Amino acid sequence: MIAFLVKRLFHALLVMFVISIIAFAIQDNLGDPIQQMVGQSVPESERAELREELGLNDPFLVQYARFAVNAAQFDFGYSYVFNQPTTEVIARHLPATLELVAAATFLIITLSVPIGVYSAIKPRAWLSRFFMGVSIVGISIPVFLTAIMLIQLFAIGVSWTPFPVDTAWGSWLNGVISTEGGMPAYGRGDPVPVFGTWETNFASLEGLTYLVLPAVSLASIMLPLFIRLIRAEMLEVMQSDYVKFARAKGISMRRIYFLHALKNTMLPVITVGGVQIGTLVAYTILTETVFQWPGMGLMFLDAIERSDIPLIVTYLMIVGLIFVITNTIVDLIYGLVNPTIKLTGKPA
Amino acid sequence: MTFKKTLLASVIGATLASTALLSTAAQAENTLRMAYDADPVSLDIHEQLSGGILQLSHMTHDPLVRWNDALEFEPRLASDWERIDDTTMRMSLREGVEFHSGNAFTADDVVWTIERLQRSPDFKAIFDPIESVTAVDDYTVEITTKTPYPLLLNLATYVFPMDSAFYSGEAEDGDPKDEIVKNGNSFASRNVSGTGPYTVADRQQGVRTEFERNPNYWDTESPGNVDNIILTPISENATRVAALLSGDVDFIAPVPPNDLERVRESEDAQLVTMSGTRIIFFHMNQERVEAFQDPRVRQAFAYAVNQEAIADRLMKGFATPAAQFSPEGYAGHIESLELRHDLERAKELMAEAGYEDGFDITMMAPNNRYVNDAKIAQAVAAMLARINVNVDLSTLPKAQYWGEYDDRAADMMLIGWHADTEDSANFHEYLTACPDPDTGAGQYNAGNYCNPELDALVAEANVEVDRAKRAAMLQEVEQTLYDEAAIIPLHWQDLAWASANHVNIEPVVNVMNFPYLGDLVMDAE
Repeated sequence: MIAFLVKRLFHALLVMFVISIIAFAIQDNLGDPIQQMVGQSVPESERAELREELGLNDPFLVQYARFAVNAAQFDFGYSYVFNQPTTEVIARHLPATLELVAAATFLIITLSVPIGVYSAIKPRAWLSRFFMGVSIVGISIPVFLTAIMLIQLFAIGVSWTPFPVDTAWGSWLNGVISTEGGMPAYGRGDPVPVFGTWETNFASLEGLTYLVLPAVSLASIMLPLFIRLIRAEMLEVMQSDYVKFARAKGISMRRIYFLHALKNTMLPVITVGGVQIGTLVAYTILTETVFQWPGMGLMFLDAIERSDIPLIVTYLMIVGLIFVITNTIVDLIYGLVNPTIKLTGKPA
Repeated sequence: MTFKKTLLASVIGATLASTALLSTAAQAENTLRMAYDADPVSLDIHEQLSGGILQLSHMTHDPLVRWNDALEFEPRLASDWERIDDTTMRMSLREGVEFHSGNAFTADDVVWTIERLQRSPDFKAIFDPIESVTAVDDYTVEITTKTPYPLLLNLATYVFPMDSAFYSGEAEDGDPKDEIVKNGNSFASRNVSGTGPYTVADRQQGVRTEFERNPNYWDTESPGNVDNIILTPISENATRVAALLSGDVDFIAPVPPNDLERVRESEDAQLVTMSGTRIIFFHMNQERVEAFQDPRVRQAFAYAVNQEAIADRLMKGFATPAAQFSPEGYAGHIESLELRHDLERAKELMAEAGYEDGFDITMMAPNNRYVNDAKIAQAVAAMLARINVNVDLSTLPKAQYWGEYDDRAADMMLIGWHADTEDSANFHEYLTACPDPDTGAGQYNAGNYCNPELDALVAEANVEVDRAKRAAMLQEVEQTLYDEAAIIPLHWQDLAWASANHVNIEPVVNVMNFPYLGDLVMDAE
């Protein structure tokens, strides 16, 4: 166990090292930060001075070495835009992203397991077909479209009047297909401070209303995938010999489904799922942009737009770290669920 | 209290019922929730010369004078002014004005502020004509320029007196409080004390800034009745509009052209548009392409472009077609200059110049800097194809584009320009003057157009204090640029703001795009 974690720590460092080199190597293509800092009428001489001051004229290796020495002491430099250490900027934006991912994950798990299991148990039921059909649509609609549709429907509201308004049944039907709107369309509202830079949206009902639309649209990417994965795994397990044998023994179907079959279904789901939840952190860039959710994704896009190179490099390294961490946790959980797996990879 | 009930059906088909309780406590105070596409980069109003910083300046500070609707000067902290001689102007200052900190506003603050502007990398270029500023008494200053300078009042719109006592001394970290730092954490970038209608109550950069009405604001005649402002940056166009339409914010700017109709038709919002002063145009690089040295070829290009089609169809009417740099109201504007779209004439000119078979050129444009910038470039490329010019177009995000622009990386490059001084001479100085890296002239002249006579004329206009004579000179410059087809002007980009019906933005917005929010009136909802 300890050996495993040490090895993973080493992996994380390696990943961050490689990412930092790549990010540094492409910085010339990210645009000129000076251009973003000064107004249009600033003469070239002033710009050259500022460039020199920021050390942008030094050769690549000198710049990288300076960065690496500081980074080894946990100093990742100052953001050009925020005028603060990049780590502080990211620490301020991280909780928003993590809360969004947590809310989306909660939706995915609570919806995909029952739906997936149901459509595996009753593959021919019309409800199962409906779920499968909708999940195809869901998987093929890009997340920003989902997000904008949600805003139109539930934040702005839509009123359709295909039925005669002057009749009682007509206006009732119009009311059924129209939406009133009223959900918040952007941002986090007034999150409640917890400690440090962590402010939460989970503490109040108002905070939760801000979270609903972004979380639903973020979940809409992974949910169909999870439903299909769980359904496929469950169908396979239902065909296996031990389930047939259990049925032959006369064990109640409920016990077979939820005790024996489900457990084995979840094994691959955990592996795939854990990795996918990690990538959700990356997907938040789109969702956060549309909902103007003040998390890391939005911050990263702004940083690219403004050529804030120190912030871009730090963000990429931290996302790399998050991937390593989630993978490690997935491996640990996998070990718990399936004790025959040895973490260090040595034969049992 | 209002309770709104929303039934939420998620796209995936799973049904989620949720009850949204949106409560708005009854408020006696007027709170304006507004969303811009970006928030100001700093609280130090001398750190960057940009639209965002100037918008902030008009909230937390007051200028000496400001522009009114008719592009005339309106007294603010300067109550009166007179020219003593060609190079000296005496300004009387308003008495009894207090800074947010409680310090009294005096002539020393004006001197201190102008001297700080002369140190600011962004402002020092436009404050270069000023020789010295002296306080005659507590409420009188004298500004002396190096040579007779006609634009002194234009400069005064950039002087937002800062609280010199508040910004003197050393901050906790030992740095002087008045230092201007581009990429650091200076005292002035975090703290603000001006005379303006609002104080900064709280600021989370990139997330939200909260302003409170200055209880001791000097301008008691201002009709403004807004007590609090919450500014949230929403960079995504669709989201900014949705936030307004759903009632989450009361005021947004800019309104993206694709949503103009939607906002105009909405019952809950009102739209205000105005012809702007930012000219969008193409440079034709004479150094890279020999053919562009022939004025007939440049004219042919100018004749081939249909500005009206671009303004009508591409910009959906959200632009004013242009035949010159200067918009209406500027000294150099010539009313009679007409758009010259004429394809036959363009072909004739190409034939005369010996290029009837056309030639190949490269073109570059940004794709996220101006409204529809990439589409405009595509349209122009298609129009040039009609005179047998084969265009190789590439479009880049603005962060990358400006580097290419400085390298003059293509034969035709698109740029938009707003004159910081709101004056015609500025266009020529930066965009069509003979490039000279030492003086900084023609810094953005990606066409390498060079006409020393025009340079001399503009230099002369810049020391001409007589406004009528000066206007005649600048009009001559504009006419020559048109005749020689130095550039291909396309249009002035319009400006648009939108607000909820109970917020009367129309009287406070202006062509400079610095809404005078201190004078904003909100009706009861």
